[in-house]
Amino acid sequence: MPEPPAFASQFVSVPHRDHTAELGMWLFIATEVLLFGGLLLAYFVYRHAFPQSFAEGSRHTDILIGTINTAILLTSSFLVAWAVEVFSPATVRIVTWLLVGAACLGLVFIALKGIEYSGEYDERLVPGVDFQFGGPLANGVQLFFIFYFVATAIHAVHMLIGICLLLVLAIIGRRAPTTRHHAALHSAALYWHFVDVVWIFLFALIYLPGRASS
Amino acid sequence: MSEPNYLTTDYTLQSWFLTTDHKRIAILYFASLIFFFFIGGAAATAIRIELATPQADLVSSDVYNRLFTMHGIIMVWFFLIPSIPNTLGNFLVPLMIGARDLAFPRLNLMSWYIFMLGGCTTLFAILAGGIDTGWTFYTPFSTLYSNSYVIVAAAGVFIAGFSSILTGLNFIVTIHRLRAPGLTWYRLPLFLWSLYATSVILVLATPVLAVTLLLIATERFFGVGIFDPRIGGDPLLFQHLFWFYSHPAVYIMILPGMGVVNELVSCFSRKPVFGYKFVAWASLAIAAVGFLVWGHHMFVSGQSLIASLVFSFMSFVVAVPSAIKVFNWTATLHKGSIHFDAPMLYALAFIGLFTIGGLTGLFLACLAFDVHATDTYFVVAHFHYIMVGGMVTAYFGGLHYWWPKITGRLYSEYWARTAAVLIFFGFNLTFFPQFILGAEGMPRRYHVYPPEFQVWNVLSSGGAAILAVAYLLPMFYLGYSAFFGARAPANPWNAPGLEWQTSSPPPEENFETQPVVTREPYQYNEAFEAEPQNA
Amino acid sequence: MTEWRPPLALVGAWLALLGLLALTVTLAYVPLGAGNAVVALSIGTIKAVLVAAIFMELRKRHGLTLVFAAAGLFWLGILLWLGLMDFMTRT
Repeated sequence: MPEPPAFASQFVSVPHRDHTAELGMWLFIATEVLLFGGLLLAYFVYRHAFPQSFAEGSRHTDILIGTINTAILLTSSFLVAWAVEVFSPATVRIVTWLLVGAACLGLVFIALKGIEYSGEYDERLVPGVDFQFGGPLANGVQLFFIFYFVATAIHAVHMLIGICLLLVLAIIGRRAPTTRHHAALHSAALYWHFVDVVWIFLFALIYLPGRASS
Repeated sequence: MSEPNYLTTDYTLQSWFLTTDHKRIAILYFASLIFFFFIGGAAATAIRIELATPQADLVSSDVYNRLFTMHGIIMVWFFLIPSIPNTLGNFLVPLMIGARDLAFPRLNLMSWYIFMLGGCTTLFAILAGGIDTGWTFYTPFSTLYSNSYVIVAAAGVFIAGFSSILTGLNFIVTIHRLRAPGLTWYRLPLFLWSLYATSVILVLATPVLAVTLLLIATERFFGVGIFDPRIGGDPLLFQHLFWFYSHPAVYIMILPGMGVVNELVSCFSRKPVFGYKFVAWASLAIAAVGFLVWGHHMFVSGQSLIASLVFSFMSFVVAVPSAIKVFNWTATLHKGSIHFDAPMLYALAFIGLFTIGGLTGLFLACLAFDVHATDTYFVVAHFHYIMVGGMVTAYFGGLHYWWPKITGRLYSEYWARTAAVLIFFGFNLTFFPQFILGAEGMPRRYHVYPPEFQVWNVLSSGGAAILAVAYLLPMFYLGYSAFFGARAPANPWNAPGLEWQTSSPPPEENFETQPVVTREPYQYNEAFEAEPQNA
Repeated sequence: MTEWRPPLALVGAWLALLGLLALTVTLAYVPLGAGNAVVALSIGTIKAVLVAAIFMELRKRHGLTLVFAAAGLFWLGILLWLGLMDFMTRT
């Protein structure tokens, strides 16, 4: 009985398959850029209209958690990049632990995000649920927090998908690490890094404005 | 029975619903699209019956709103956008590039399931009571005032969007990576250039629609005013986001049709397409410039005058590559050995109707005229000339042309020509009067109108009846031929494309041996004609 | 047994990213007027470039991969440019 081929019949070789998969992933990332792009346009339009309110809203976000979360995500990306780099049959254990570590950091991020959300709920800053904000800046602040919740929630959904991918790859990679697993890991890693990049920009747009003034 | 083909390898239900064969997935899409076409068509029928008289005698204004919304949503997202790409495109992309399958076959199947999930969600919204916002979901009506199933319908469209994205992604990567040896970019059939351009739009515009619908659903569900002027939100932001997708989406609904027409015009003139490179790059130019014109839907909305001027100018620019295509098709016909087979009749109808639709688009790109014509039947007539006169006609043309390849059977030429002619006349009778109605000021989306508009409305409704019959005809003769038609040879049109070099219907693996391409496309030269037809 | 160690480029990128994070948070508290937004977005862009070039291995790629990676950004630029044009030029 012949061995089943390592790659599907529409490809001519393993590198052909892997490069094709990588291109597909980059194209998917381009799609994702535009998904967040719609939100970015909304942000800039409203920030342009209500500059003071956006600074005020930003000052009501928790920059400590925001900064810690950014560091966590950057570190988690580093672990994943490390895992992709050293992936081989000889390094199954370390790769598994790197992926589990990256996924755990992702979960810590989500947990901290939850704490942050509940803090904002206590401060009555959740539009549509409980929003109380006095003064002339109230409308713009509300728009800021709508953006904040929609953008971070969509980002968190991406995180959850990424965490699942990393855990699944950590588990199946332990059995028999093949070129196919490496290709899958590479794609998942690209996705994870992209989610990281989105956060880098969300951090700059959400937490940093208005800190120097009052 | 000779060699098993992709239709006869396996007859189980499982072999269809779990298939990763691009040809079978194309058939799954085809069947689904017929279903949605009839739903959208039923709504259109009700609209045209209501409009036959000036009074409201069939439906209330509320029901009428739901009818045209249903017509728009179903026809745009569940028929036109997937029409040619997901049926003919799915079937032909691997065949035309000499590949075994698309790059990501499982993703392809998944995209059909996602599409059906989105379709069923939207159908649920319709059955539960419908949506009355129009297909454009404009705020603040959709978020604050409408008492209909906006969130469910938006969710349906949102879900279907991912199917578009996956299909586009699959096509782009496939065309880049899986071409047969020797098949350089300038040897690709022009159908693939236009599908490639379409895919670029699918991949880069659809996510913006997704996030826009998400914002609409959020605003409606939580009662937060993302686009609500009362808290400083801007409804025009919604329109910008919506049209950033929906204008390029118009090109999703015409570029594949242009691609089909290239193949048909060339084949039935027995000549290469005139100015191949210009036509190829015009597709990409339309896709790219098509992203820069969306504001022409918003000339009367209160956007800034500078924005209107820029969008108006860009809208004129995008007409240039479209005009290049029309000129090149006519130049292809010039001194060609023209055969009036049914697919060619559809292609010629396309050229004429698309030209009318395109030129009236230029009227609408003019700021001053657009102020007069916005939201009148002139606009309705214009985009139906593009989408129905253009895309649907091309879809039928392509369907007839590749029918022998898809089913392995020959249809009745007599009935096919009859349907083509009926469609052309029915279409013009339906929609040309609407140009006049619009110019005289009849607004769209009303179910009652002043009696002086009745003549044109009756003509339009009469035309719609002819069109309905003409669209039903292929159901019968094509359906009949699929089971009882004469067996088709591998290459009934004596065409040089790779898809004709394999048997009809193709085997599951598409080609017995990996084809190698050694010549330019569209070589309908004498040497080729002299070859005996391998029946 | 050194094959499990991360390449220096990855470690360097990681440390640089954390350093840039500290820098951007610090600078956010320095009054620069409109400059604060410029600094925040510039440092954000540098961080994103680091992630893309080193973690996502774009520095080792060429041709089509770079085109695909740039396409999303280019179209994002179109969306922001033409979208904001209306709001910036309202009278």
